[in-house]
Amino acid sequence: MAEPVLEIRGLEVTYRRGAERIRAVAGLDLTIGPGEAVALIGESGSGKSVTLRQVLRLDPERTTEVAGSIRVCGEEVGKLDAAGLRRLRGGRVGMVFQEPLLALDPVYTVGQQIVEAIRAHEPVSRAEARARALELLRLVHVPSPERRLDAYPHELSGGLRQRAMIALALSCRPRLLLADEPTTALDATVQIQVLLLLRELQERLGLAILFVTHDIGAAVEIADRIAVIYAGRIVEEGPVRSVIRSPLHPYTRGLLASRTEGALVKGRRIAAIPGSPPDLARPPPGCAFAPRCSLALEACSRQVPKLETPVPGHAVRCLRAREWAASPA
Amino acid sequence: MLRYTLRRILYALPIMLGVSLVCFLLVHIAPGDPLVSVLPPDATEALRRQMAELYGFDRPLPEQFLRWLARALGGDLGTSIATARPVASEVFRAVGNTVTLAAFATAIGFTLGAIFGFVAGYFRDSPVDRAASALAVLGVSVPHYWLGMVLVILFSAQLGWLPATGAGPGGSTEWAWDWEHFRHLILPAVTMSVIPMGIVARTLRALVAEILSQEFVMGLRARGLSEFAVFRHVVKNAAPTALAVMGLQLGYLLGGSILIETVFSWPGTGFLLNAAIFQRDLPLLQGTILVLATFFVVLNLVVDVVQTALDPRIRRA
Repeated sequence: MAEPVLEIRGLEVTYRRGAERIRAVAGLDLTIGPGEAVALIGESGSGKSVTLRQVLRLDPERTTEVAGSIRVCGEEVGKLDAAGLRRLRGGRVGMVFQEPLLALDPVYTVGQQIVEAIRAHEPVSRAEARARALELLRLVHVPSPERRLDAYPHELSGGLRQRAMIALALSCRPRLLLADEPTTALDATVQIQVLLLLRELQERLGLAILFVTHDIGAAVEIADRIAVIYAGRIVEEGPVRSVIRSPLHPYTRGLLASRTEGALVKGRRIAAIPGSPPDLARPPPGCAFAPRCSLALEACSRQVPKLETPVPGHAVRCLRAREWAASPA
Repeated sequence: MLRYTLRRILYALPIMLGVSLVCFLLVHIAPGDPLVSVLPPDATEALRRQMAELYGFDRPLPEQFLRWLARALGGDLGTSIATARPVASEVFRAVGNTVTLAAFATAIGFTLGAIFGFVAGYFRDSPVDRAASALAVLGVSVPHYWLGMVLVILFSAQLGWLPATGAGPGGSTEWAWDWEHFRHLILPAVTMSVIPMGIVARTLRALVAEILSQEFVMGLRARGLSEFAVFRHVVKNAAPTALAVMGLQLGYLLGGSILIETVFSWPGTGFLLNAAIFQRDLPLLQGTILVLATFFVVLNLVVDVVQTALDPRIRRA
């Protein structure tokens, strides 16, 4: 297999807030190969966005403790100096944010921002960079790109803004695209268009994508593999079909059952997972999901289950996973 | 942009008319007969009437206003009762001195204020921030006439380094670009710069901290921009608000500070106003107020136009 674009090993992220220490990510492993799209699924506060930000070391270093290893194209991110970090950010790795109106500088035009990003990485003239910016807007299917190049972010619609954001992230031909809930802030019809665009770019440019979302539907559209994250750990990971059709972790099953699409029958309740995620300042000693799990054994709350592979290519972190693997639900 | 500018200028005209009316009326509402101070106490009723006629005080107020306005438009602000010199030349000389003082004070105040504000905002809650913020609060809270007196005591009376009063050697009231005049400028300019310094520093600190907390700053870093490039974005985002605050401060300073100019006997508009009030010199008072008010209107106009040019969100709204 080719060298992975992204390789995360034993990532631990702890935030210090006053005397409190919040363990946002507690030992996370994830590998993304070239041109592969992986969806990281989890609810708010599960550590999915934290993981994404750590790939570019975007959190303030004063209040963040990081352990473990993150390698991008074989290069250890934690060891990069300021110049290396700048090359990584935007150069090898592009990032798309959830709300493009907040993530774009409001007082610069879309074109100015793309030109600036290109010129920060490559010694090209302003005119050349502008020509490339135009090309990028075409690539992401922005209609009448010449006009949109000189538009300010607030003058574009939500969908166009997100396309511009994607163009910006791709401006220096990165090998990996980090997408932090890129469709959450959009209308349902626009969501699909953006997902299709990402899928198309992945195929055309051989782009690896790490797609963070809480929307399983979006994940299915875009991803080759799905990783489910809960309380800072990946609890299940595998090919999309396998995870959706035969989920092995009770949490994944709960997530799938709580989907509303096609299940909104009058008089029927939406199946929700009872309870709420653990307090990350005081994480439970065992499986973090055990307190909410209807199938929990006594052993579950004693130690963190290891990641096992009961089905080839499909890993899960649950003591009882082998039972489900043997007899699918 | 040109259309917006023209429209803003058009809007300024009725404001100017209102301002001139208020200037005119305010002075007339004030009690006291302006002629008392120039006429001898034993002046005859005939002489008093003759003088009133000469200055036009015997006519109905609306007519007085229209005549005054018509002449003011032609650049004639009447004749000072106390000095018998044209008000326009008195006011413009004072304006020149005040502008000189204000220019130096703003240069000092805005530079220091911008530096303190940016540093404090960038390194929020650090010792540097606390020191800069403390200095800014001090600048806003210290009464400036008191600061002026303290500076005079220290640098003029005790150390004898700088002159205490006046705008130049030998009671000169005309500014000249030489070392002697500059020495006279230092103390009043420093005193005057303290308030805009504090206000600009505090505004910028809050502004920069707020901008840095916005998501787009993380977006900029995620694109691999250097800290300097990020700083440039912060400056451009802060510029519209910063300019509005600076414009207003500049307006206050150009208006002249009665207190500071009196403490330092600086022959500017504040000093002139003070004298005009005490001598009940109506034409001089009206003329000075009108010129100062015009300053504010024009300044607001300029700030609005510049701000609009800088912030695309206002322009299209």
